Amino acid sequence: MNFFEHLVDTAPIFLDATVVTLRLTAMALVFAMALGALVAWMSMSSVAPLRWIAVAFIGLIRGTPLIAQIFVLYFGITEVVLLPAFWAGTIALGVHNSAYIAEIIRSGFQSVPDGLNEASRSLGMSRMQTLRRVRAPLALRAILPVLGSQFIIAVKDSSLVAFIGMRELFQSSRNLAASTYEPLTMYLIVSLYYLAIVLALTFVVSRIERRLSVHRR
Amino acid sequence: MTTDQTSSFSTGHEGEPLVEMRGIVKKFGDTVVLDGVDLDVHRGEVVVLIGPSGAGKSTLLRCINGLEQIQSGTIRVAGEELVYKEKHLNHVRSRIGMVFQSFNLFPHMKVIDNLMMAQRDVLDRPKQEARERAERLLERVGLADKADAYPEKLSGGQQQRVAIARALAMDPEVMLFDEPTSALDPELVGEVLQVMRTLADEGMTMVVVTHEMRFAKRAADRVVLMADRGIAEEGTPEQVLENPTSERGRAFLAELSEE
Ligand SMILES: Nc1ncnc2c1ncn2[C@@H]1O[C@H](COP(=O)(O)OP(=O)(O)OP(=O)(O)O)[C@@H](O)[C@H]1O
Ligand SMILES: [Mg+2]
Repeated sequence: MNFFEHLVDTAPIFLDATVVTLRLTAMALVFAMALGALVAWMSMSSVAPLRWIAVAFIGLIRGTPLIAQIFVLYFGITEVVLLPAFWAGTIALGVHNSAYIAEIIRSGFQSVPDGLNEASRSLGMSRMQTLRRVRAPLALRAILPVLGSQFIIAVKDSSLVAFIGMRELFQSSRNLAASTYEPLTMYLIVSLYYLAIVLALTFVVSRIERRLSVHRR
Repeated sequence: MTTDQTSSFSTGHEGEPLVEMRGIVKKFGDTVVLDGVDLDVHRGEVVVLIGPSGAGKSTLLRCINGLEQIQSGTIRVAGEELVYKEKHLNHVRSRIGMVFQSFNLFPHMKVIDNLMMAQRDVLDRPKQEARERAERLLERVGLADKADAYPEKLSGGQQQRVAIARALAMDPEVMLFDEPTSALDPELVGEVLQVMRTLADEGMTMVVVTHEMRFAKRAADRVVLMADRGIAEEGTPEQVLENPTSERGRAFLAELSEE
């Protein structure tokens, strides 16, 4: 069989697995956005203990490998309750990304010049009004491109949950590599699937970015 | 402080002051930046603050609308004492216009929206009324054709005129300017000063920090020279700029004329 025959042959398996990867990543990212926003808010809080917790959390997550986090969560939690690999993987990927997203959100808000906050407050706008009308929209414009790249990293990182036995894209390629004795072909093919997802995502992000650019041209 | 001298000084603006500052003490950490400053600004008066860098001119200005919180003393604006409660501050600030050295226009909004936002959100003005007010003011600062432009497309001088119009849109009782022309190319300074002079002529109450001595001479009712954490000297432009009596005043003006 040549490469293209393999590509066609494996399509049903890989397309199924793509759905799993997308669901896994999407759910992890929704969770990561919520947790990341909370941690970002804590890291900008005027309450020192909240800041410490945020800094410690971010430092811990960013300072340890994702694969270790996945294993710790999977084996740690299954000690207590039986957690399916899908949920262990989703939570691990979500927690991991939340730390990065928290930093992205925080630096997005910090990129908004203080002077704009002061200008808005000087007009009598409240803290909340200033957040809604000035700081958040401007932060969002700084956050989006970086968030886009983080999402792309998350898609690729999701391959690591293969190692707790979840049948997503990468695990499928491992299984096929073993059963067909064609590891090179299978890993090339799975790479194409990841590439396709990443390109689609890049396209979507750049469209959104253009619509939100500071001054529409 | 030279309170006796200052309170007996008159520019023909009598009655209760619009801005009344008494015994203002401002510290950043342990550093005292303002040490018992008194300043009155009467309705219709144009007060120019001058003085060496670090004298506390910006800080004093920012205390007036509560951007900086004072450690001791009282500030009254139109008879109302400033307290650091969000709602009250928002209300007081809506009646005080402020113009910054760096313009600080909202870059994600068109010029017209820069002028309309606070009218709508703070004063609850109907959209049509806010737009008309904004358009009239843009016309007044000579930028009627820039309503739909984004700030980035404007020159510094145009941006600063928009910033002035944005502050005026709130119908403030007093306008504060912190070195409004310092960030501008020399050839753009004139157009901003022109707008400010017109405003002064129309009777707007203004407190202006500036290094533009020509503006001080021509538009100021009173010049206040700050140095060493307080007011070193104040009087008419002629008194302060031509015959300073204080040591610090003479030193500062000697330095200026060397430039
Ligand atoms: N946020 C701050 N934190 C700490 N110190 C500050 C802060 N803002 C101002 N200062 C200090 O307070 C003093 C007065 O500053 P201020 O900006 O009021 O001076 P200024 O007269 O406006 O000077 P310039 O002509 O340079 O603008 C300076 O010594 C400055 O370093
Ligand atoms: Mg200053």
